[in-house]
Amino acid sequence: HPVVAALPQSSSQRDCRWYSVSNLSVKERIEKKRKAALLGGGQKRIDAQHKKGKLTARERVELLLDPESFVESDMFLEHRCSDFGMEQDKNKFPGDSVVTGRGRINGRLVYVFSQDFTVFGGSLSGAHAQKICKIMDQAMTVGAPVIGLNDSGGARIQEGVESLAGYADIFLRNVLASGVVPQISLIMGPCAGGAVYSPALTDFTFMVKDTSYLFITGPDVVKSVTNEDVTQEELGGAKTHTTVSGVAHRAFENDVEALLNLREFFNFLPLSNQDPAPIRECHDPNDRLVPALDTIVPFESTKAYDMLDIVHAIVDERDFFEIMPNYAKNIVVGFARMNGRTVGIVGNQPKVASGCLDINSSVKGARFVRFCDAFNIPIITFVDVPGFLPGTAQEYGGIIRHGAKLLYAFAEATVPKITVITRKAYGGAYDVMSSKHLRGDVNYAWPTAEVAVMGAKGAVQIIFRGKENQAEAEAEYVDKFANPFPAAVRGFVDDIIEPSTTRKKICRDLEVLASKKQVNPWKKHANIPL
Amino acid sequence: MASHGLSPSLNRLLLALKYATFQPRCCAVHKAHYSTVYNGNEKTFDKILIANRGEIACRVIKTCKKMGIQTVAVHSDVDSSAVHVKMADEAVCVGPAPTSKSYLNMDAIMDAIRSTGAQAVHPGYGFLSENKEFAKRLAAEGVTFIGPDTHAIQAMGDKIESKLIAKAAKVNTIPGFDGVVKTAEEAVKIAQDIGYPVMIKASAGGGGKGMRIAWNNEETREGFRFSSQEAASSFGDDRLLIEKYIDNPRHIEIQVLADKHGNALWLNERECSIQRRNQKVVEEAPSTFLDPSTRRAMGEQAVQLAKAVQYSSAGTVEFLVDSKKNFYFLEMNTRLQVEHPITECITGLDLVEQMIRVAKGYKLHHKQEDIPINGWAIESRVYAEDPYKSFGLPSIGRLSQYQEPVNLCNVRVDSGIQEGSDISIYYDPMISKLVTYGATRAEALSKMEDALDNYVIRGVTHNIPLLREIITHPRFISGDISTNFLPEVYPDGFKGHQLEASTRRELLASAAALHVASQLRSQRILGNQRVEVCGQWSLASPLLPLTINNTHRMLQLLSYPAFLLQFKVRVLSKLAAELNSYMPEKVPEDTTSILRSPMPGTVVAVSVKAGDTVAEGQEICVIEAMKMQNSLTAVRQAKVKSVHCKAGETVGEGDLLVELE
Repeated sequence: HPVVAALPQSSSQRDCRWYSVSNLSVKERIEKKRKAALLGGGQKRIDAQHKKGKLTARERVELLLDPESFVESDMFLEHRCSDFGMEQDKNKFPGDSVVTGRGRINGRLVYVFSQDFTVFGGSLSGAHAQKICKIMDQAMTVGAPVIGLNDSGGARIQEGVESLAGYADIFLRNVLASGVVPQISLIMGPCAGGAVYSPALTDFTFMVKDTSYLFITGPDVVKSVTNEDVTQEELGGAKTHTTVSGVAHRAFENDVEALLNLREFFNFLPLSNQDPAPIRECHDPNDRLVPALDTIVPFESTKAYDMLDIVHAIVDERDFFEIMPNYAKNIVVGFARMNGRTVGIVGNQPKVASGCLDINSSVKGARFVRFCDAFNIPIITFVDVPGFLPGTAQEYGGIIRHGAKLLYAFAEATVPKITVITRKAYGGAYDVMSSKHLRGDVNYAWPTAEVAVMGAKGAVQIIFRGKENQAEAEAEYVDKFANPFPAAVRGFVDDIIEPSTTRKKICRDLEVLASKKQVNPWKKHANIPL
Repeated sequence: MASHGLSPSLNRLLLALKYATFQPRCCAVHKAHYSTVYNGNEKTFDKILIANRGEIACRVIKTCKKMGIQTVAVHSDVDSSAVHVKMADEAVCVGPAPTSKSYLNMDAIMDAIRSTGAQAVHPGYGFLSENKEFAKRLAAEGVTFIGPDTHAIQAMGDKIESKLIAKAAKVNTIPGFDGVVKTAEEAVKIAQDIGYPVMIKASAGGGGKGMRIAWNNEETREGFRFSSQEAASSFGDDRLLIEKYIDNPRHIEIQVLADKHGNALWLNERECSIQRRNQKVVEEAPSTFLDPSTRRAMGEQAVQLAKAVQYSSAGTVEFLVDSKKNFYFLEMNTRLQVEHPITECITGLDLVEQMIRVAKGYKLHHKQEDIPINGWAIESRVYAEDPYKSFGLPSIGRLSQYQEPVNLCNVRVDSGIQEGSDISIYYDPMISKLVTYGATRAEALSKMEDALDNYVIRGVTHNIPLLREIITHPRFISGDISTNFLPEVYPDGFKGHQLEASTRRELLASAAALHVASQLRSQRILGNQRVEVCGQWSLASPLLPLTINNTHRMLQLLSYPAFLLQFKVRVLSKLAAELNSYMPEKVPEDTTSILRSPMPGTVVAVSVKAGDTVAEGQEICVIEAMKMQNSLTAVRQAKVKSVHCKAGETVGEGDLLVELE
């Protein structure tokens, strides 16, 4: 097994010079403890972990971080429980059930904790929580992201309230760190009960398919309370949370895939709210024209196209890290780069439910926009929205309240905001989607844009109610409103651009907007309609 | 378009400039295409309508531009921003997407001709190109049809009549007998007259159904018994067809060009043996198989046939050639053939120009002795199709990235699409015709390899992996080909390029190097510059020109981190690779109980409903895509659990159609 050492290994020469005889025994004890810590719950449990298709806590840390960059803390820390025979030596594991420390991903600092399922099933003791809190505090002090690798059976029942206190200590830090440093959770095993709220408070939650679960109560309790029969996978597996509940942002095939993807994802993020969006060396010309975009919007305004085609064609190297790709697919959100600089992309997806805004897509969009704003990541919005989804299901579900979240998020954001209306921008949804009125910095319309209160048919039925020649009226409406001019003559869009020039224009605008300074009025905190 | 007031030479110059900006190519290519000089003093038409779409419409428009002729494109509504529409001076929409309502809609096309005042119509190939009704309607309105007379279209359009005419014109036809054969001995006599091997079947049976091949008298008797029984029982028609059986045939065709003054030329042959499902995939001119005397004999017979039907314009006489160089007339195509560019490359003639001249009534300038064979030309048909499924099932999609290898010399790409174009289910899935030219066959082949390697197509599945395998296959290189080439070389279907140990190493090394370049770049974040790296890796380019062990290789990067020959390469650090061994194998979906659409298309019929029991091999539904109907069958006996499609619906590739219990 590869050794991850926090302290320099001592050479034999040094031994003679520095250690007395009594110290030698201490040195031996250090070596012994260190060796034990590296083995976690022992080889048998490590083998069991591997058999389940899971990596150990240390293997995960090693794979996540740059080689030899991990600096461990609290390797010797042990739990302090003395009940139920826990005080016995065989029940003490140096480092307890979590590995914590700092390291680098592509040379950039990150704090990380990795729960060790081989020690008491990764259960959370007071000591375990203390270790996590320590690195979270350091991360806040220096301004670096925190990544949590969750693999824990839950609370350390033997410790009782001490364990619960530990959870709360972590939750508090999650909340305080929110918006200060990026926090990412990768669920790599069970995560149940109170434990689920730490990932829920972090900015992004990723899962590993088939081996990770998130739920408040497991299938047994569900059965006894609601008499529902449900499997662990159906209740809280990766598929459930990435497609139905929207709790997790993405799922990956296995541990290795997940950790390697997390490294890629990390590259997009600034280290803290004090840092600008990172700029990586870019090989994709920033003035590249994209002729394919000139024909991408179909002639019939009812025909769908794939917003992802536009996103891929415009961003650097077609590299787009989509967030929640399988949830509320009528809105597309994710990270990309423009001329090397990280940007957040938000786009209505005409391919799914005509790209309308509903409860789920509003919440998905709002949370993403707020993350970008908190961490200085410019937001590029592609608009093709026919409006909010009508119906009792939506009204009863509170579309007014949830739709307001997206509106709130865009309005509140002070990062550079660039908006491109590709086709429809109808009704209130037009206002919401990073419009000029919500302090959009640069708002473009493609020649295919239609900015209006509603589509021609509906509008004509209201304006010309009872008029005989509806077709003629419709033609008049289309001629007046189904084009970018009404918005352009009022200055609500800054320019009508050829789609092929979109990349070039956005790259240029982002250069200028890099020095944007905008401050919202002082407040204790705002009151987003939750 | 330049105005007509300019002198002819200036006019041509402007056109050339316009053309050059449209699609810049290196000049050497042009030389390879047409060596003949266009005579600007010969007035033909002011305006031509092209009743076609895609690459052939673009091809015709290019020559029209050269000749100073205005062009009118017709298009369906979904094609309104297609390349041929942009290239033409005028464009008229002739209906909705389905071809029956647009490109085959004669009323709308006639209207377009009237409204634009086009004097002539070039039909391209397919659609209305061999439709005598269309030719008649044009003639009735005094519009010139750029093609042969109605009489020739009709005569050659009928399989039986064309054979009779060919026979009368002393063209070799497949010797055979079609009629009532009373006894086995009579059959033997007929077979001996024809010469073995012979094929025996019931006249009424279509295609190869019930076909028997006899190599001697005994087999003939047996075949007679079998076929006459079948003829009587299955078809109630006693007639038998006994015909010469062509073993391992090659498909070789002769290009002819004739004017309205009784002059006709043969422009050498095209070898078109590489086919799948009777559609040509790779063609070349000349053929490795023909000697000058056979070529001359075939050419002369083709001309005899053309003269026999007073043929004018360009046409193609198709022959089957057996292993002893005996050739037999198959059919005559009375239009410009898809694969005409290779003939243009080796003869230097612009066939479209000649067609237009001839249609106007000019005499051919050339004599037979003026027709050269200069070098060698090869054409690969690049299709949007999946070569791993029966050598090519249609694929659709949007060309998200598209780059033709036109920067290479002696490469000609005839296409009618561009980056961003949609390959839809409505039309032929051909992306382009990739033509390479060389002084020798080896040169043309090596150029083809380069051109295929440099071709960037993303967004649709394409057949370049298969094309590249064909043109580098030892049997193809040696010229040992027949129409059975593909099924013989790939009896189990095309499985993709098989990497040798050395190429595998090269690929892995390149992937690793690419990975390193990407990793190093990840560390180059502003304010975080820790590593200085020299190198010419462009991680944004889809093409990676590499020199590996002193050989130049062109790699195409499909997506990072995976890799035109598609190999999935995963680059992992040593640690990640070690740890990867702990990762569980995912159990793939059980495909025996579900039926997914193998390609995008329209459901024509669903033959089962939920609760039905189907037997192994029983038809479940029929999907039509791009002129092809595909019957999907059950892989095992089972009860139908649920049906997820209905007739008339469009389905995408991989869509769930039917679930079995």
